[in-house]
Amino acid sequence: MNTPTNRPRLALGPVQYYWPREDVLDFYERMAATPVDTVYLGETVCSKRRALRPAEWVEVGRALARAGKEVVMSSLTLVEAGSELGAVRRLCEQQEFLVEANDYSAVAFLTERGVPFVGGPALNLYSAESLAVLVRRGLMRWVPPVELPAEGLRRLLDDWQAGDYGPVPDTELFALGRMPLAWSARCFTACAHGRPKDDCGFVCMEYPDGCGLETQDGEPFLTLNGIQTQSGRPLNLLPQLDDIRALGVGGLRVSPVANRVPELLEECDRVLRGAAPARAVAAALDEPACDGYWHGAPGLRPGSV
Amino acid sequence: MPAMELVCPAGSLPALRAAVDHGADAVYVGFRNQTNARGFPGLNFDDKGMGRGVEYARRRGTRVFLALNTFAQAGRGRMWRDAVDAAADLGLDAVIAADLGVLDHASRHHPDLPLHLSVQASATTPAALRFYRDAFGVRRAVLPRVLAMRQVEALAAERPLELEVFGFGSLCIMVEGRCLLSSYATGESPNTHGVCSPAAHVRWSERAGRRESRLGGVLIDRYAPEEPAGYPTLCKGRFRVGDDVYHALEEPTSLNTLDLLPRLLATGIAAIKIEGRQRSPAYVAQVTAIWRRAIDAVQRGATVPEDPEARAQLSRLSEGSQTTLGAYDRRWQ
Repeated sequence: MNTPTNRPRLALGPVQYYWPREDVLDFYERMAATPVDTVYLGETVCSKRRALRPAEWVEVGRALARAGKEVVMSSLTLVEAGSELGAVRRLCEQQEFLVEANDYSAVAFLTERGVPFVGGPALNLYSAESLAVLVRRGLMRWVPPVELPAEGLRRLLDDWQAGDYGPVPDTELFALGRMPLAWSARCFTACAHGRPKDDCGFVCMEYPDGCGLETQDGEPFLTLNGIQTQSGRPLNLLPQLDDIRALGVGGLRVSPVANRVPELLEECDRVLRGAAPARAVAAALDEPACDGYWHGAPGLRPGSV
Repeated sequence: MPAMELVCPAGSLPALRAAVDHGADAVYVGFRNQTNARGFPGLNFDDKGMGRGVEYARRRGTRVFLALNTFAQAGRGRMWRDAVDAAADLGLDAVIAADLGVLDHASRHHPDLPLHLSVQASATTPAALRFYRDAFGVRRAVLPRVLAMRQVEALAAERPLELEVFGFGSLCIMVEGRCLLSSYATGESPNTHGVCSPAAHVRWSERAGRRESRLGGVLIDRYAPEEPAGYPTLCKGRFRVGDDVYHALEEPTSLNTLDLLPRLLATGIAAIKIEGRQRSPAYVAQVTAIWRRAIDAVQRGATVPEDPEARAQLSRLSEGSQTTLGAYDRRWQ
């Protein structure tokens, strides 16, 4: 194992599930003491989930910033109602924290203001030409689509170098956790409880790690999380660290799970510093992972350890 | 009141002729490669076929749009740029695109080529539409099928550009352009390869008298001996959630908004799109004719024709023989 000098940034993505307010506050209080560098805050899945009010997210952000963390506010991914759009606009207008745009409404507000922003994994940036359109308008960091393979990322970055686009933006990989795969107008968790979306009873709160969906022969396949559908297995890209480093990736994103996040961040940090082998993260994850997308294969393929 | 345009699918030259002959105001077509979201074997147009199709449509005053609605992939970008250039050379009436790089190339190199924003861009708000209009001069946007009717009306009230909505055809339960389920199971998705649940990854087998369909090895559904079996589109399978096995994502149904037509017209919707470049010329002919009559009636100020025979026909043509208003009806969500 080599001892790297440039440890990639360790980032914690937004909580994708609906946790009780006390759990959210407690969770972020504990993050201050972990080796995470960047923390993404806010509700990105369902506008009906209101664990914290906007002003409370700001308070959480301030506490994390005081603890030396970079704080980014993440925007809602599927924006439909006027009230949702208003919330996205207000998030993009605040001037205290960087914003991660997860749809093109947020991109519009941020580019109209002319401020630097992060492009989230749902912006569908698969080529240097597409990335350049947003870099010209202020994108300073991006998270590639989770289905983009290593080879695609390498070609994209090669094209960038060849294309005279200027400095390459910071690339942050979605590296650990269940992957967001699809978004819908329909709420599948409410549906599983026989409830209409408009009277969902906030059943998502019963599933702090999402609601598992299996095939009829008993294989874990997907995870229902309200209007979002996730992979059944978590992704773990830590075993690919040498390749990731060679590509010049600036940061690795861990997507929160209900338990074990502090341990996972500790192990990721040790792996990134060259102080532990990648299997230390797999051990802390404590469930089989997948990494097919990275190899250009079906995303659900089991990963190496 | 401005005319409402009927935009029909043409996955082949015979389908194009059927659409033109039965009253389409415009047809949308794709090249035979991965640059469009119906990149199925045997479908779409090579250069020669495209030339003939365009000529046929043009002689009868029907407009031709090019569907270029997948996302240009790193290292393969030339395929998409070539398609844009070909559309400009052919003088097509619009390119329907979603990818920032493709839109950027088109607006820089072919400023006179009209751009429509594909449903694959998942632009659901006035702000998102404004971004594409201001960045690339996009003139029209096809709205995602996730919006409820009152959300469509709210968007239309601001009308940052012309709006086109889906009227009839297969229904994606997920937001278009934001669904990776197909690549999760097969490695190929609508965004990257223009396909969903591709046939090359489908396997049928029989076990204990029951038929099983698999996609990329994943069991999508099991059928009792006499039960009709459907194509294993990933989101239409039966899966186990808790103790129940059911269509956990979607029941196989089709979208039919015929009854919303007067409201869509009153809202100022510029065009109605019929889904189905993968369907037969006979399908295209029948659906186009029914929608032509309905749009003409509504534009005359009449109601949507009752026409039970036409409705039965639409129902038969629909997947699962059921139609729904989809997300337009809030109760469906």
